Amino acid sequence: MTDTTAIRYVGQSLRRREDFKFVTGKGRYSDDIKAPGMLHIAVLRSPHAHAIIKHVDLTVAKAAPGVRLALSGTDLAGKIGSIVPNWIIPGTKVPDRPVVAIDRVRFVGECVALVVAETQAMAHDAIGLIDVDYETLPSVVDEEAAIRDGAPQLHDNVPNNITTIYKIGGGDYGKAAREADQVITLRVANNRLIPTCMETRSILAEPNVDGSLTVYLQSQVPHMHRRWIADTVGISEHQLRIVAPDIGGGFGAKMHLYPEELLCPYLARLLGVPVKWWESRSESHQSTNHGRAHTEALEIAFRNDGKVLGLKVETLGNVGAYLSNMASGGPTVNTINFGTGAYKIEHYEARSRVVVTNTVPVDAYRGYGRPEGAYIAERAIDAVARHLNLDQVEVRRLNFIQPADFPYRPYSGPATIYDSGNYEGCLVKAMEAFNYDFRSAERDQLRAKGRYRGIGVAAYTHMCGMAPSRRLSLIGFNRGGWESARVSVDSSGRVTIFSGSMSQGHGHVTSLAQIAADVLQIPIEDIDVVQGDTRQVQAGHGTFNSRSMAVGGSGVHVSSTRVVAKAKKIAAGMLEVDEADVSYQAGKFSVPGTDIASLKFGTVARMAHVGHQLPDGMEPGLDETVFYDPKGMGAPSGVHMAYVDVDPETGIVDILDYVAVDDAGTIINPLLAAGQIHGGVVQGIAQALYEEVSYDADTGQLMTGSLLDYAVPRAEHVPSIRSLFQETPSPTNPIGVKGIGESGSIAAPPCMVHAVLDALSPFGIKHLDMPMTPPRVWSAIQKARAGADR
Amino acid sequence: MTDHTEELHVVTVDVNGVRRTASVEARKLLVHLLRDDLGLTGTHVGCDTSQCGACTVDIDGQAVKSCTVLAVMTSGSSITTIEGLARGGGALHPVQAAFHEHHALQCGFCTPGMIMSVRQMLGQNPNPTESEIRHGLAGNICRCTGYNNIVRAVQSLASEAPRHD
Repeated sequence: MTDTTAIRYVGQSLRRREDFKFVTGKGRYSDDIKAPGMLHIAVLRSPHAHAIIKHVDLTVAKAAPGVRLALSGTDLAGKIGSIVPNWIIPGTKVPDRPVVAIDRVRFVGECVALVVAETQAMAHDAIGLIDVDYETLPSVVDEEAAIRDGAPQLHDNVPNNITTIYKIGGGDYGKAAREADQVITLRVANNRLIPTCMETRSILAEPNVDGSLTVYLQSQVPHMHRRWIADTVGISEHQLRIVAPDIGGGFGAKMHLYPEELLCPYLARLLGVPVKWWESRSESHQSTNHGRAHTEALEIAFRNDGKVLGLKVETLGNVGAYLSNMASGGPTVNTINFGTGAYKIEHYEARSRVVVTNTVPVDAYRGYGRPEGAYIAERAIDAVARHLNLDQVEVRRLNFIQPADFPYRPYSGPATIYDSGNYEGCLVKAMEAFNYDFRSAERDQLRAKGRYRGIGVAAYTHMCGMAPSRRLSLIGFNRGGWESARVSVDSSGRVTIFSGSMSQGHGHVTSLAQIAADVLQIPIEDIDVVQGDTRQVQAGHGTFNSRSMAVGGSGVHVSSTRVVAKAKKIAAGMLEVDEADVSYQAGKFSVPGTDIASLKFGTVARMAHVGHQLPDGMEPGLDETVFYDPKGMGAPSGVHMAYVDVDPETGIVDILDYVAVDDAGTIINPLLAAGQIHGGVVQGIAQALYEEVSYDADTGQLMTGSLLDYAVPRAEHVPSIRSLFQETPSPTNPIGVKGIGESGSIAAPPCMVHAVLDALSPFGIKHLDMPMTPPRVWSAIQKARAGADR
Repeated sequence: MTDHTEELHVVTVDVNGVRRTASVEARKLLVHLLRDDLGLTGTHVGCDTSQCGACTVDIDGQAVKSCTVLAVMTSGSSITTIEGLARGGGALHPVQAAFHEHHALQCGFCTPGMIMSVRQMLGQNPNPTESEIRHGLAGNICRCTGYNNIVRAVQSLASEAPRHD
């Protein structure tokens, strides 16, 4: 009984409904919000990587114009809790992290003292008048150096600077290594990155007359922030209202608990006035969490035909000076669980150690662990192909997990299940779009003429939307895996969706409404979406882990379905027919095969509200809420290809083409999904070619302290991205979606490395670390040439 | 100890066709005059080293990063901000409309500065090639879109059929 006139929004490239405010300058970001009488905080940050605080003298600062309050860590001790991680892998040693350092600082940028003043300028003037007496200590910034004997120790309860040791695997790697034709080793690294949301963090905490507190905060996870701030500052959760307004990018950096997010609420309550903090960009580089910062030692056992039999991984994850929110989970579960990637590698033995150093804390950044995991698998496969001089596509084909294998448990391990996929399909689609055979021939011809062209390939899979809730406790993740979705119909039949997901540019006002409109069969113009205010959306977990469509969108689907089911019962009563005889199509309830007049959705909604003629026992209203807890996780996958030209005289890498074929299951809005791929791929290209946080190894000073030093790519540094989709629906949720937001930054780094290595293969260069900057590429070529001359 | 109470200076500017006056410290940047004194929060602050371009406005016909100008220097100038492009609730400026049509924005934070820069770029070169567009956007950082659809939006505004590099 298909009604061809039925509205279908899912799958359409609808233009975003939220754009008008942004293109006209009417977006409302947190720094745009002001409260009458608000005071401003400035934070004094440690100039030392590691030091004892001997004395903090606030006398002069307190007397400066406009200053209301100046506090050190000692003043705050016992009045506000420590910052506690939310994900603690079992066995982890958690170092204490006071909100403001009390007697010791452990990274450049750590909060040492603060000033509250009438204007931001006055507060900044005054922190320059605080006198701190430090006794510097030896520091360590590198994860490999930090675990050596005699390295400076950061925390008394973290011997050897290792907080966590995590192991995973399956099969028998030793046996695989014995039976393999060859075993090679490879050391790879994931460079430390700064997420660089274009909007830096800011917070405004405003006390209300009823004793409650409103906190305006750029949060990817408003309800999680409500819980964490309540627990740490000592406010009842119900008296704390978090409002996340428009957010200028998140990428994982805005889903943690930072000191300033506790200081503003605490001080607003203490002083009884609104208190604001705004982070400058340079301050952000040393106060907002960094990403990646891994090294991995790989051992790969394989046959001479290219089949990989076993993989051994030793990961060191640098998490900075303290364990941030999810820090023990990133280099462990999120990385090495996925170390075999898109490949059937039956014998796997992996260990990860989480290491503290005198650096800014490291936590989630777009992909969190999955880029590092995919890098392990991809660099291993590529090394095998390169070592055996086999075609990089054929070696991948030989090792791929096959469609018939799903649901697939890699290395027969306990934790990871890939629900579905068709990697060969993605590969073929990518090869066709990329014109792989032609390009390969062209590369070979140009190589003969002294031009260095290269083709890079990377395949990936991972898992999105951590769930179900009951399984998260097993890995120490102290939150649920569900999402709330309330679909509320007003008395005219217009709908408001209250979603616990939180857009930071994703376009949920459009995509969630598309999902609901198809189920409710009403025009999308009749549907609004509300997010980001804990007084309006009662509960939720927010946006991270590519979960918004898979979990949040599925919740909207379920609530909408329940709304239609209830409306159908009401309509049957109004029409005086059996519910089974009622059909709902295109916003109308009718009884097919009769001349009974149909009822509009809005008419039934009005009846639900007035309650005059409802079936016996039915409550009035048309308003459904679900706490949707997925039964499993979707596994996105894909194949990316890049074509580069490397200038051997300068080391500059020119990207000639980039094709991304991604399988994220059902695509709600292809335009928005492609936008996610474009942005993610460029962040991945940035990691591969340009960006790296640099610390001075001796002093622990941050060398990339501003956007003058940290190389975020401009438009002229990146190519156009050709994004294509394959849709293999996920069987784990009712709408078949997986996740899309992290795929680009997962696939692009290995894809770019492989392209450059392919271009440089005539020089015999088999490995380069990221970022492959011109000096690094040029030096590798010079070294190879010198070796050839010898 | 030094007296931190700064002398105030009167600044009068024409902003989006309206004459505005404010008293500001000599050290105040134009972007803060616009945001804090005049309530025009569409102009954003994304960095502190004049790298990101989120604060780009038009001063007397020239696209300028408003963090590079002291407010007192602009007295007597005519300034257009993002709020001034689609005035009176009228139709969107063609650059604004193209950004919407081509999904050239995600979080929207860089968007006002991008649009102001694109407006100037097309004024100087109505028919840019892709590489001219990418070079022309070098003063504006976007972290969400990978620039892909910003380039598409600008291409859609080119006065003639695409020229190739």
